[in-house]
Amino acid sequence: MTASLTYPDDSSLLALSKSDTPAIVAPMERTEADLIAAVLKGDAASFEPLVEKYSPRVFATARRYARRESEVEDIAQEVWLKAYQKLGSFRAEAPFEHWLMRLTVRTCYDFLRSHQRNRESSFSDLTEPENDWLDRFVTQPEVANADADAAKLLIARVLEQLSPPARLVITLLEIEDRPVKEIAKLTGWSVPLVKVRAFRARAEMRKILARLAKEKYL
Amino acid sequence: MNLEQLHKKLLAAARANPPGDGVPYAFHKRIMARIAEAPAVDAWAVWGRALWRAAAPCVALALVLGAVSFLRTDSSVTSGPTVETVDLSQHFETTMLAAVNESEEVW
Repeated sequence: MTASLTYPDDSSLLALSKSDTPAIVAPMERTEADLIAAVLKGDAASFEPLVEKYSPRVFATARRYARRESEVEDIAQEVWLKAYQKLGSFRAEAPFEHWLMRLTVRTCYDFLRSHQRNRESSFSDLTEPENDWLDRFVTQPEVANADADAAKLLIARVLEQLSPPARLVITLLEIEDRPVKEIAKLTGWSVPLVKVRAFRARAEMRKILARLAKEKYL
Repeated sequence: MNLEQLHKKLLAAARANPPGDGVPYAFHKRIMARIAEAPAVDAWAVWGRALWRAAAPCVALALVLGAVSFLRTDSSVTSGPTVETVDLSQHFETTMLAAVNESEEVW
């Protein structure tokens, strides 16, 4: 984190000498608003502390939508380059983090849309642990543990088959448990559109699960 | 198979396993390097490029309209002027200046 050292003025030095208190002046951290103002004035280096601070959140969000680490890194890089270019449009009415998360979610959605042709369309290549987990679920649903690695792989597989809007809305609404209003802000969709897309997404997911059951057991 | 239960169980699995927030080594340095090497956006240059790009279609459209207007005038002259065969250039001019004509009528 970049920090600027502040020096006490003459009067404060005088006060310190009078009271004989040790003169320790802590370096003052620059606030986000200061950093953003500096970037907008042309000091690009002030952007670095923001990248360092918020990259973990950007990466965690990107990992929800992309499986390969190279893709995750591409998304994060695009988010930061866009953030730098569009910083002028940031209004300080809301925290920088909210603005950045909106940008991140929209970049992830663009990524999903541009990669939707690569979606898998079959469950024929389930791994052995996935097959075992499904078998266990069919025989004893309460025993099939949601924490199992196979369950993680299965849900990743199912999410990959959803359409981009369905995947986005299922992730935000069902997995991240965000309220509809917040999703509307993050995605730029209206509240009724989020509700409609959530309804369609659940139906789409049920259809995919029905296909999974059909391919495996019929 | 109870699909509704499977749906809930898989979503619970996704909720129970949030993705990691690890950042690759020196990622912020790479971003700063990318920002430094990116050329500064010159608004006038962008505007100039947009104008140059628009110039070719505009010239082409003007030539096409000019040619059509010229040919229509020629054919109307050879077939003899009638009430129906009004010059295309006159139609074009009337359409283009319709707003001006209307405002003149109002004032």
